[in-house]
Amino acid sequence: MTRHRSIPGTIIFGTEEAQKGYALNRMCFSFNNAENRAEFLKDEEAYCRKFGLTPEQIQAVKERNVLKLLEAGGNIYYLAKFAGIFGLNMQDIGAQQTGMSVEKFNQKLLSARN
Amino acid sequence: MARIVGGIFTSHVPLIGKAIANPKLQQEPYWKPFFDGFHEAHRWLDQVKPDVVVMFYNDHGLNFFLDKLPTFAIGAADEYRNADEGWGLPPFPPTPGEPKLSRHLIESLVNDEFDLTTCQEMLVDHAFAIPLQLLWPGVGGRAIKAVPICINTVQHPLPSPKRCLRLGQAVGRAIASYGEDTKVLVVGSGGLSHQLDGERAGFINKEFDLECMDKLVNDPEALTRYSSIDLVELAGTQGVELLMWIAARGALGDLTREVHRNYHIPISNTAAGLLVLEPLDSTASKSRPIAERVTTAIA
Repeated sequence: MTRHRSIPGTIIFGTEEAQKGYALNRMCFSFNNAENRAEFLKDEEAYCRKFGLTPEQIQAVKERNVLKLLEAGGNIYYLAKFAGIFGLNMQDIGAQQTGMSVEKFNQKLLSARN
Repeated sequence: MARIVGGIFTSHVPLIGKAIANPKLQQEPYWKPFFDGFHEAHRWLDQVKPDVVVMFYNDHGLNFFLDKLPTFAIGAADEYRNADEGWGLPPFPPTPGEPKLSRHLIESLVNDEFDLTTCQEMLVDHAFAIPLQLLWPGVGGRAIKAVPICINTVQHPLPSPKRCLRLGQAVGRAIASYGEDTKVLVVGSGGLSHQLDGERAGFINKEFDLECMDKLVNDPEALTRYSSIDLVELAGTQGVELLMWIAARGALGDLTREVHRNYHIPISNTAAGLLVLEPLDSTASKSRPIAERVTTAIA
């Protein structure tokens, strides 16, 4: 089996991750529909179980922890729909993953100009 | 006979949709350097007046999911609709298709050994809608007919830069053999460097972006030395959308003239790029020296 070269702080979402994260990503894909988002918010755990998430994935959903969601096979394109339910934007998510304040994360982006 | 009038390469960050919905924002310091970059593109479009857009873009989980995920897919629909991508935003207006050109592209590309998934129903996400909104402000996708070509950037392995360049070259040949008197604009939607996920989130690589923009003008083959994983390393996990630029560039033939470029950091987490190129040789399409007229008009 081909594994990818290691890039620090980066998970290459390959075929193995796609299988591991299938249920989680399928649930997040369902959030394209407003009724599904509402159903999730009514009873998160029941909605997770309906899609067959693993205990690890359910825990990461509960914690809104993006790094744990990625580790559990989540793909950022689908996770962005999950994050949107809670009004989190890409700077909020970036700050959470890098352990910075949002202000610090924005400064990091600006510093790429130089 | 159909001919390619040029190529436009642009970022498609979802947040741009917010500034499109609220044009006052476009004058604010955060947005102005980005939106001002499009004025020259608008002037150029007024000159070349394309009839149809062939757009290379990547779906972010609106039309395609991991259950069935094509590496390359092409639209063959009468109309392309946008829809809720999970954020509850109002959808962008639908874009009319050009099914006759779609069918010609499908037949030509498969005969040319590019085996695309063909889609008679295809939702198009912000990556397709936002470039049209940027190029035709206030009108967007209703301004022009389009054929979308989608390249997988969700699940690795992604197609290589070399494969994407070859696909674009095949699209160029297909357009050149299309019997209708049609002016085609090729669009590459995505990039430039950005990474949304992992501890490396916020990664931007200005030096690499500028090198790619330079290479795209007249030496796109130089980019084929990279693998898709190289692009992740150099441009970030979502910077791989550079593949859309490379594919679109392939359609323009060997040499191009740079009409305009803009580069701005950041829009959301992304280094936003804009490049306008015209084909110079006759290998991909017959081209009149439009740029000279445009340069005069701008001067």
